[in-house]
Order: sequence, then C-alpha cells, then structure tokens
Amino acid sequence: MTTTAPRPSATTGSPVSRRGGAPRRPWLTYRRRDNLTGLLMVSPQLLGSAAFVIGPLVAVVWYSLHEWRVLANEFTFVGAGNYERLAADPGFHDSLRATGLFSVGLVVFNISLALALAVMLDQKLRGTAVFRTLFFSPVVVTLVAWTIVWGFLLQDNGGINAFLEVLGLDGPNWLRGESTSMLGVVVVQVLKNVGLNMVLFLAALQGVPEELKEAARMDGAGPWRVFRSITLALISPTILLVSIITVVGSLQVFAQIAVLTQGGPGTSTTVLVYYLYQQAFQFKEFGYASAVAVVLFGIVLVLTLIQWGLRRRFVFHES
Amino acid sequence: MSPETLTPLAPAPGGDRDAPSSATRTDGRRRRRLPRPGRVALFLTLCVLSVPFVFPTWWMVTTSFKPISQVFAFPPSLWPQDASLQPYRDALTLQPFAQQYWNSLYIAVLVTLGTIVFSSMAGYAFARVRFPGADALFVVVLLGLLVPAEVTIVPLFQLVNRFGLIDTHWPLIVIPMLGAPSVLATFIMRQFFLALPSELEDAGRMDGLSRFAIYRRIAMPLARPAVAAVAIFTFLHSWNLFLEPLVFLSSKEMFTLPQALTQYVDAYGGPIWNVQLAATTMTVVPVLVVFVLAQRQFVQGLAHTGLKG
Repeated sequence: MTTTAPRPSATTGSPVSRRGGAPRRPWLTYRRRDNLTGLLMVSPQLLGSAAFVIGPLVAVVWYSLHEWRVLANEFTFVGAGNYERLAADPGFHDSLRATGLFSVGLVVFNISLALALAVMLDQKLRGTAVFRTLFFSPVVVTLVAWTIVWGFLLQDNGGINAFLEVLGLDGPNWLRGESTSMLGVVVVQVLKNVGLNMVLFLAALQGVPEELKEAARMDGAGPWRVFRSITLALISPTILLVSIITVVGSLQVFAQIAVLTQGGPGTSTTVLVYYLYQQAFQFKEFGYASAVAVVLFGIVLVLTLIQWGLRRRFVFHES
Repeated sequence: MSPETLTPLAPAPGGDRDAPSSATRTDGRRRRRLPRPGRVALFLTLCVLSVPFVFPTWWMVTTSFKPISQVFAFPPSLWPQDASLQPYRDALTLQPFAQQYWNSLYIAVLVTLGTIVFSSMAGYAFARVRFPGADALFVVVLLGLLVPAEVTIVPLFQLVNRFGLIDTHWPLIVIPMLGAPSVLATFIMRQFFLALPSELEDAGRMDGLSRFAIYRRIAMPLARPAVAAVAIFTFLHSWNLFLEPLVFLSSKEMFTLPQALTQYVDAYGGPIWNVQLAATTMTVVPVLVVFVLAQRQFVQGLAHTGLKG
C-alpha cells in the first residue's frame, strides 16, 4: 500500500556519499530511498483520492441500487428499481430537458460572444487591455454575489425593467415567466464566465501566423474569407474543446438556479443538479438522488472522454 | 463554484505562450491596423458591450448606499441620493457577518496553503521520481478530474455525518485540499515539474541533497508561476463554494459568505435588497481590487489552468 512507513534511516541517514570499497551495500540504496520518498510524497493525495473521490464514487453507485428513505431509516436493496423509477419520472424528464436547454443555450451564447469579443480585442486598437479587464472581471466575482446582483436587476420592478421603462419599453417579469426564466439564467451565466473563454480564444487567435493571412490576402481573399478560411479553421480545435468544457461546466450549474429561480417557475429551470439536490436534501431520498447522480456522472464521463480523445488528436496534429 | 475554470483544456496552440497581455502589441507580429472609421466603430461597440459586464457592479455598489425606500425608485438613479451607511450597519448586525467573513477567509487560506503543499509534493513525485507504479497511481488520482463534486455529494454528506463533522468547517477544509478539487492542482504542478531541466536536480544531488531537499530547495522556488496559478484558482474555488456549505453547515455562525449572502431576508422571505447588496459589495470589492492589481497573474493563472489542465 501507499502508507509504507519510511525506515528511520530514510530521513535521518547521511546524504549520499560515495562509499567506495564498503564491504556490504546497505539495503537502503539511493534508488530505494528515492522510491520511498516519492511514494510518501504522493500518499496524502492518494489517500485523499481514495477517501473523497473513489470511495464516494463507488458508494454512490451502491446507494443508487437501494431505496433509502433517510427519515424512515430504511435502506433496502431494489436493484435497478431507482433507474426504472427515473425512466418513468416526469420530474426527471423535465430536469433533463431543462439541462439540455441550459447547456445548448449557454454554449451557443457563450462561444459566439467569447469569439466575437476575442476577435475584436485582437485588433490593433488603443484600450483593448482595459476592455479585456472589464470583460474578464466577472470571472473573479463570487458566483453567488454576481447571481444576487442579477437577481435584483431582473426583478419585475428592478433595474433592467426600470431602464427599459425610461426608454418606453415594458419588460417582462424575467425570472417568473416560463419562457424568460431560462433565458435569464443563461444570460447571467454567460456574462459571468464568457471572459475566460474569451481569453482562451484570444490566445488561440494570437497563435494564427500572420503570414498565412497575408498569403490569403495576396490570393485575393476578402477579410471575411480570410477570417473564415484561415483564422476560424486554425482555431477550430480550440473552439471545439472550449465548447465541450463549457458543456461539462454547464451540467454542474447549481448556485445560479438556487438563488435566481429555485428551479421555477414550475420545473422550467430545474436542472439535473438542482433536481439531485431536491431529492437528496429536501425529500431525503438518498437512494433515488444517487441514481440521478450516477446518470449525471455518466453524461460527464462521456463528454470528458470525448474531450480527452479530441485533445490527443489535436496535440498530435500540432506537433 | 465555477466549474469552467476548473476543467482541463487543451494546450494552447502555439505552445507555452503566456496568456495574452498588454505585451501582445510588442510581440513583433505585423498586424494590420484597421482604418480609422473602423477603429471608432469598434471602440463604440466595445463600450456598448461592456455595459452588462460593468453595470451590475455599479448598480450593486450604488444600491448598497440607498435607503430601502429608494431601492426601487422610479426613475432609476445611477447615483444614490441620501446616501447612507445604514445598509452596511444592518448587514453587520442582522447576521454575524464579520464572523462569516472570517470563516470564508480562513477556510480559503487554509485550503490554498494545504493544496499548494500536497499538490506540489504529489506533482513533483509523479513527475520526477520514477518510483514503481507511479504512472498507474497517477491515473488513479486523475479520476478526480472526471468526478464533479455534485455527483459525490450524497456519499460525502454520509461520510461527514458518520464522523460527526456536520456543521463544522472540517469538510470544507479537508475535502478540497485532498479530494477532487486538488487533482487539477496536482496535474498542473506535475506538468510544470516535467518541464524542469534535470541538470538542476543533478547539481543538487551532487551536493548531497536528499530527494525531498531537492524538491523543497531547488524545484519549489522555481515553481513560483505554477504555484501562483494554483493559489489563485484554489482560493477562488474555496471562496465561491456554495453547494458544499449548504449541505454541510446549518448554523449561521458557521456559514461562509456565499451562503450568508442569501440570508438577508425579511419575515416573508423576501430579500432586504440594500442590506443584501451591502454585504455583497463587501464580499466582491476586495477580490475585484486584488484582481485589478494583480490582473496579469489572475488572467494567466485562470487561463493557464484551463489551458494546461
């Protein structure tokens, strides 16, 4: 195992010196001591992984095979019972739909805005550094704080609608309308994190060789054509990877929902994680919630494996 | 919890370049300058686009100085009339806000320090000490990148509950330090140490340094950029944590900031906006100030984290 204690001499022993001509080689050679030190150095992380990642992961699968009503203190094996229940549960279907809607909306808005901002900031223009700071700043703002401020702005009589009224427009009650609540949650989340993707795209854009664009221009390509055929083509791997990462991140959205809409109105913004939270900590159905968690893990696993596969391919292409 | 910042990403095209910075204009690339009308149009577009990024912060700060009667006043005013500090006083007295602030701060600092120590040790050993089984064990650790915190929240609650640590800060300190959130830190440290020239270590070995001394006295001082990146994203991750405190904590004295901010409600459960925004301002502004001062490190740290993971 990983907890092998070091022999006292491993730490107190004299530094390696050339003991040429010593009659017997000591057991604790430099190599052995090195290996022991290495193992000791990784052991906190390994124990942590075992206790807080692998153990819980195995446990959640095990729990998901049981009906576990915490309040009644019942823990009975039901096999695939929870999964059958999920398959027939309209609340779960709603949460899958809400998650899909959120993820797609987020990726489309986020990636297109991030790309647009990156292209604009890649121009030769005074003040781009300031704009970059402004667009990036929400990334470092506490998520819940950002969400609270937007919740305030999106109130029926809040800042957004007040300014719309000044302009003579009548804004909806954003967070209480079936059709606008999801839009509100998506926009708040896009504005929060688009700066990060923008910076990633900016780095990719700056890796596009100017000579290639120049060559295309020589061949008579217009600006749009140069952008589409050279720039966009060369940074497309980054776009794809950033998109997948954004989707994986979007599956974990929780605080925004909890603060802005509590999953409502109806179930229109009850995403998977919020549904999991409700089942586990409001209805105290740990077994059923675990089944939701396993489904969530399956989706994240597939997406992450795709991402890793793509990354390997692109890295290969780059070299 | 901002998972996007904590998920692995591809290496930047073009290799190990710094995140874009003000230095980009001097990188010697010949770039075409837009014609003047284009530049003006672009500038104006950027100004308009920056409104939804800047205005919320402005609105938060100004509202936090308004008396409650003015919070929803029409027409809306961009500058508080009858500015008062009363919302701030209320924010500090309605809840043990100073205590909650301290909770968030000390937990984030401990988690950051612990993560730096454990992840750099593990990252170093995985990268430089080729002990038998290192690669297999590294794959085991990497599993943590695949498991979102939300997936394991029920078993973790059960674990914490069994040890009688519900409503203590232990789970918020120990789990991030050693569990899934620290895996990305280990990965980044390992990537950094892999690229370290081995001549430096050989020199240390010649001088008779033990492996641990080489790590501590030679490798770590060189790892400052990687440590800075790890420190920034670890601190922010802990500072932002919401689901875990919600699940693990139950008394207001133990709350951390994100959870505390949602508690400024009147008897009917409606938010007391100006007080809530005063507390929010106190939470956000220090981080924003540090960000503006150490912008380069923040952008590089958070983007590198994405790029290198």
